[in-house]
Formats: sequence, structure tokens, C-alpha cells
Amino acid sequence: MADMSPKKTPMPEQPPLVRNKNFKEVSTGYTPEMAMAEANRCLNCKNKPCVSGCPVNVQIPDFISKIAEGDFKGAYQKITENNALPAVCGRVCPQEMQCEGKCVRGIKGESVAIGRLERFAADYYMQNFEKEIPVIKKNGKKVAVVGGGPSGLTCAGELARKGYDVTIFEAFHTAGGVLVYGIPEFRLPKAIVKKEIEGLEALGVKIMTDMVIGKVLSVDEIFLMGFDAVFIGSGAGLPMFMGIEGEGSVGVYSANEFLTRINLMKAYMDEYDTPIKRSNSVAVVGGGNVAMDAARSAKRLGAENVYIIYRRGEEEMPARKEEVHHAKEEQIDFKLLCNPVRIIADENSRVIGIECVKMELGEPDASGRRRPKEIEGSNFVIDVDAVIMALGTSPNPLIRTTTTGIEANKRGCLVVDETMQTTKDNVYAGGDAVTGAATVILAMGAGKKAANAIDEKLSK
Amino acid sequence: MYKILVKRQLNEQVTLFVLDAPFVARKVKAGQFVIIRIDDAGERIPLTVADFDANKGTLTIIFQAVGYTTKRLAKLNVGDSIATVVGPLGLPTEFGEPKKAIVVGGGVGCAIAYPQAKALKNMGVKTDVIAGFRSRDIVILEDEMREVSDGFYLTTDDGSYGEKGLVTEVLKRLIDNDKYDLVIAIGPLPMMKFVAKTTEPYGIKTIVSLNPIMIDGTGMCGGCRVSVGGETKFACVDGPDFDGHLVDFDELSRRNAFYREEEAHACRLGGINNG
Repeated sequence: MADMSPKKTPMPEQPPLVRNKNFKEVSTGYTPEMAMAEANRCLNCKNKPCVSGCPVNVQIPDFISKIAEGDFKGAYQKITENNALPAVCGRVCPQEMQCEGKCVRGIKGESVAIGRLERFAADYYMQNFEKEIPVIKKNGKKVAVVGGGPSGLTCAGELARKGYDVTIFEAFHTAGGVLVYGIPEFRLPKAIVKKEIEGLEALGVKIMTDMVIGKVLSVDEIFLMGFDAVFIGSGAGLPMFMGIEGEGSVGVYSANEFLTRINLMKAYMDEYDTPIKRSNSVAVVGGGNVAMDAARSAKRLGAENVYIIYRRGEEEMPARKEEVHHAKEEQIDFKLLCNPVRIIADENSRVIGIECVKMELGEPDASGRRRPKEIEGSNFVIDVDAVIMALGTSPNPLIRTTTTGIEANKRGCLVVDETMQTTKDNVYAGGDAVTGAATVILAMGAGKKAANAIDEKLSK
Repeated sequence: MYKILVKRQLNEQVTLFVLDAPFVARKVKAGQFVIIRIDDAGERIPLTVADFDANKGTLTIIFQAVGYTTKRLAKLNVGDSIATVVGPLGLPTEFGEPKKAIVVGGGVGCAIAYPQAKALKNMGVKTDVIAGFRSRDIVILEDEMREVSDGFYLTTDDGSYGEKGLVTEVLKRLIDNDKYDLVIAIGPLPMMKFVAKTTEPYGIKTIVSLNPIMIDGTGMCGGCRVSVGGETKFACVDGPDFDGHLVDFDELSRRNAFYREEEAHACRLGGINNG
């Protein structure tokens, strides 16, 4: 009989006012006892609605039953049949919009904590077992993967397991993509990402860093090097700005720059050379996960006041609920229904404030969210010495502008068919390069789908 | 890892490295840059490529030891390796089809002015070079620049060598007396600003090479954004060359100084544009 308690087993966490001063992980994870208790809340539904909510089809009730039985290794193996990066997904997936959003337990009370259980199984396995390296029969075919982020890593892993000789071309000096430059240490420890990547290397995946495809090699040249197919997972890296007065002032960053300095370059640690400005009052513009990450990072760097400025209401925020909740606990000040109109700078062009206008919600727009409208004459100024723009990103044009035959849509997203093949033969694409900025798990789903399509094509 | 094959001290502060970087060397063209990182703790800094040899797979970089990283870099020797050399980044210089050009180099900027003059010379363009330095003891690449130029003019601020005065004075004299259709300026931001101001009334196309703060060099961080003709451009993907008459130099100078007070890191630049 399932445990019918209406609430999830709570996750142990660092206290908010302690953790907002360090970069250590916020949630410390379930103990085996907590995991087994939570697993007992699963009803093991026959029709598995949760699985239909998972972009990579993890067999959720099956792995949860294993946890309930205390077979944590079995649980991990069950997850990894479908998901190559469970320690990552358990931490960063928007579960409330996916598996947990479909959970029957969520109708009356809280859903089963599927994400926390996934994370537990992955962490437990990493801490207690040596990763088993399967014996793989090589098929002699070569696939190049452009970009070592979530879609590329997943595609590479899938193909390597099928016997392909896979090489990842990574533009940065470290593979991982948004998992290393974007998502902060306190949400996704880099040691975990590193371990997952080492796991891929153990499968025989080669990683070439410092390779900006489109510059150092074109896609056509990759084929000349003997690769049979190319997967493009180059992400959506180009930051958007608002185009308002004062955006060129000193102290205005893109969230990409701010987070890359902290996460990839480790500017917050003394032993690393990359500098970062420690600001006193910071405005972060945007309402997504990246905005939450930037705000919480700014707080951890010592800012006294950190504001989230978002033009819609909390309901409309695209960020994971848990991130918003954590941010509030960490004393991030939410200025909702506010939109910046200009950034104010002093005579040396240094940011001293941001002028905003209050908004109200009107009719729903194309995205289904209610359209925000300015309330005339409601302008006000917040004193800040830094502004971080977290407004979203668009796909990097480096590959499509240097390769003939790869088409993109108006927003710069690569066009693919139902098998994830681009308009160029044997060139596949997935992740943010195709969808525009989206989630880690959707990118992983695309990488997996492309891997299957590549396998099907090359096996003919 | 990328090995240092040759090290030459051009003056007390300016060092030349030839690096083993075969992938980049095969593709790079005049005007493009690389991002380097010394080791795992290092920061990523952009450096414009001064020369390259596709057959040997080598790149030449020339930098002034002014910032934390360039000072660390200058301490390395032949046989040492650096962790990252990524490129070629940015767009190659678009020379067009000029008939007569002037290349203006300021200080360590001459490291890039020289290959630009050489490229023009190889295209068969009549090219004058104006090289400005603070004083005699920091003059670099004089013989090299003299060799690739039709007219060579050297100025020093203190008059200790060549003509006493600023490069813009020579520039004004030249364009007053002859017809030029291209000016390329590479050096400290104020120098490039005043070169552009000097040529503007004459309507001579003026290219400047910018080297702002950047991290990835592929358009991702947006740190290198510059206002050009009222539009926001990213120096790493839209540049590093821009129309000197359209660049907002004052905004760029302020942005480049952002981290100057942070640590002893005097500057984030590779030393090309700081003079």
C-alpha cells in the first residue's frame, strides 16, 4: 500500500541565509531512508502518465519501485536505459511541467518527487559503484558532434553505445555547454558534469576542445575528414539586449557573460585569474531560470540588494518553481509587472540606476500568456550599480553562415525534418540550435532522437 | 596544449611568440584573432594574429605585458605550452581594392599594422606606413615595416627618434598632399579615434581594429559589444575591424577600463590597444 501522505518527503537544504553566501549546492539530496519513503508514495499507475511527460521516456514507476525495494543500483540502471545524464536531469529538469506535472498524486496534494528520486539514484550510484563500461562492438562508422552541451553529449553517448566512432568538437576549453558555463555550481556541481563526461569518454567518445566549427573547420571539411554524419548541437548562445538607453554603460552585462565568468572561468575563486565585479545592488532583467541563476549568483558574490525585474507576473514566469522559491528564500527582491525603460549612468558612464515602468496584464498573446501593458506615468527608479540582462538567447550563426545547404528560419533556428535531419544530407541538428533557447532535457531528447535517426540512416 | 616554438623580446615590454597551432594556422587570415588561456586557472584573452605559416602550422602573436595575464604570458619560454589557442575568430580584414593606402600603427599596435601593410603590399597597393611610439626605446619592427612600405614615417612623442609629434600630424600632411583611398589604424583607442577624426573630413575609408573585453570570442558573452553607427555590434563576430568613422570610441574606452581597478590586473586586453 502506498504512503498516502499529501506532501513530498522534504529535501534537506542549506539554510537560505547560509547558502546565499556560498556556491555549494543548495539541496544536499535524499538519504536512502528518505528516498525509500518518497518512493513509497508512488502508486505505480498502469498507464504511467509520468512517462508520457518525460522527453526521453524514462521508465519512471519502474525505477521508483526499485528504490522502494532498496535496489538503488537497479534503479540507476533502469533510468540510464533512457537517460544518459540522470544526475544532471534530476537537478535541472522542470519536473513540474513534465513528469511530476502528470503525476496522479499531484491532483490531490503534491506529486511524487520524481526529480529528487532520479537525482538520488544517480548520486548514490556515482558514490558507491564504479561505472560499468559495456563492451561495445565498433561498427567502423564515424560521426562528428558539433558542440558538447546536453544535446551533443546525449547524441554522442547514444551513438557510442551503438558502436559508432564519435568525436565531439567543442568550442570552449571544456565540454558541457550550458551545464558548465550557464548553470551555477550551487544548482549543478561541476564535478557531476565532469563525471558524466568522463563516462562518455570511457565509452570511447573523443572530445576535441578549442574547435569553433564554422571557423577552424567547416561542416564540409568535417565530411572530408572521413565522418559519415554530423550532428549540430551548437546551442543558442547569442544574448539578446533590450535596446534601451544606457545599455552600453559600464556595469551592464548579459547573463551569459556574468554566468560564464563565474561558472566556467570560476571568477569567484581567488585562485582563478578571470575578474568579476562585486556590485552592491544588482538588477537582473528577466524571469527565466537564467535570470534566477544570475540573481542568486550576484547575491553570493556579496551584493546587498538583488532585484529581479520582470514585465509579467509570477504566474507567467518561465523559471522552474523551485528556483523562484529558492531565490525568494535567499532574499532576492522580485519587482514583478515592471519593465525597464532606461539605464541611468553617472558622468563616467557607470550604472547608477534603472528606470522602470509598472505594467498591467491584458489579453493573452500568441504564447498564451497575458500580454503586459505599460501603466502610463508609473515610472520609478531603482538605485543599482549593475544590470544583468537575462532576456533569452538566439542560435549562433557561425555554422549556418559557413556551410552551404543548411537552412534556418527567420529566428536563425536550423530547420530539421521529423528525423532531425537538416536540409543538408547526413547533417542532423538538435537542441537550442533548432528550438531556440529551451531546456536541458528537451535538448537531450533531440540528441537522442537524432542519434537513432543517424543510426537508422547509416545502417542502411 | 600549444607549444611556444620561438620567443623574441621586441622591447622591454613587448614579446613575440611563435606558437604551434596547426588547425588555426591553416585557416587564419589577416585581421583575425585568437583567444588564448595559459592554464586551467587562466583567463581567456583575445590577441590579434600578427603572422602565420599555414605549411608549418604556426601562428605569431605579439603582446605587451601590461595586464595580469600578459605579464604571466611574457614569463613563459620556448618549449613551454599554453592550454588554449582557439580561432581563427572574427572576420578577416576587408581591404577592398584600394589604389593607395596608409597604415597607421601606434606602439604595440604596430605588431598588427605591419602584417596589414605587408598584405596590402602583396596585393600591389602603394602603401605608406606611419608608426608612432612614445620614445626610442620602445620602437618595434622598424626594419620590417620599412621594408613593406613605400613611404615610412616614424614619430616619437618625445622626439627621441624619428619625427617629434603625433601620428595624426604626419597623417594630415600626407592626405593634404596626396590622394589616398584607404587608411588602416591599429593602436591605442585614443590614437584610433583621432586618426578617424583626421580622415573623416576627407571622406577616406578608415578601418580600425578593436580588441575589447571578451570571453568566448564566438558571440556568446556579449562583453565585446561596441556601438558602431548607433547599432550594437559584437567585436568578436562582426569585427574586430570596423569603420573608424562610426565607432563610439568614448563608450568603448570606458567599457574597456571596467575591470582595471579590480585586481592588479591592469587591463583585460592583450595589449594591442592600450599603447
